[in-house]
Amino acid sequence: MTIRDVVKLLNAEILCGAEHLDTEIHTACGSDMMSDVLAYVKDQSVLLTGLLNPQVVRTAEMMDMLCIVFVRGKRPEQPVIELAREKGIVLLTTEKRLFVACGILYTNGLGG
Amino acid sequence: MDCIRLEYDVDGENFSSAGNASESVKRTLKQMGVSAASVRRVAIAMYEGEINMVIHAHGGRAEAEIYPDRIDIYLKDSGPGIADIDLAMKAGYSTATENIRSLGFGAGMGLPNMKKYSDEMRIDSTVGVGTTVFLRINF
Repeated sequence: MTIRDVVKLLNAEILCGAEHLDTEIHTACGSDMMSDVLAYVKDQSVLLTGLLNPQVVRTAEMMDMLCIVFVRGKRPEQPVIELAREKGIVLLTTEKRLFVACGILYTNGLGG
Repeated sequence: MDCIRLEYDVDGENFSSAGNASESVKRTLKQMGVSAASVRRVAIAMYEGEINMVIHAHGGRAEAEIYPDRIDIYLKDSGPGIADIDLAMKAGYSTATENIRSLGFGAGMGLPNMKKYSDEMRIDSTVGVGTTVFLRINF
């Protein structure tokens, strides 16, 4: 699927990176623990998280991830959005909870 | 052998900027045409080290030497030092505060991750003096 499909499926709002919505993605991971993302993730392109600090964007950048979805209606502060824009990472926010958001994407074909 | 040397101050007071040095090294390696897989190993190992310096040691100095076939990274701090290195290397062991955990770190995976993603790792540490971590990653 593309990031545009993620936006539709999660009824998400685009916080930045609207120009990258047609990028293909195949895998995702959900975690609030960046240490675990760095330890266990391999080639996932989407990160779903409830954590909002700048290190979420940096972690995604180190892992070459393309898109971060903030769950439970969370919104990062402007500097975090700017950092993501600078790195070319798409930021989305959805009202859905982490488990539900992951479930929807998984059911629709996104792998782990 | 000639190498490219990069040096950075790691600001221990600013959690937001942690990762600046790793990002810069990552960008440099990418520009040099190093494979994406190698670049990612370097980025993760160094980033974990940088986070450690900020969380535990009030920052310090990061130095990278880039050779055609590898990178050597030295992360030097004047922090509290590590009393029991074997224990610190154990996955899941952490002395990080609840505050650090709420930021998404402090799971006790930093040093194990650095070992996992590097080809060589050495820790020299003296309690009350500081710690130097050496990382070598072959391309």
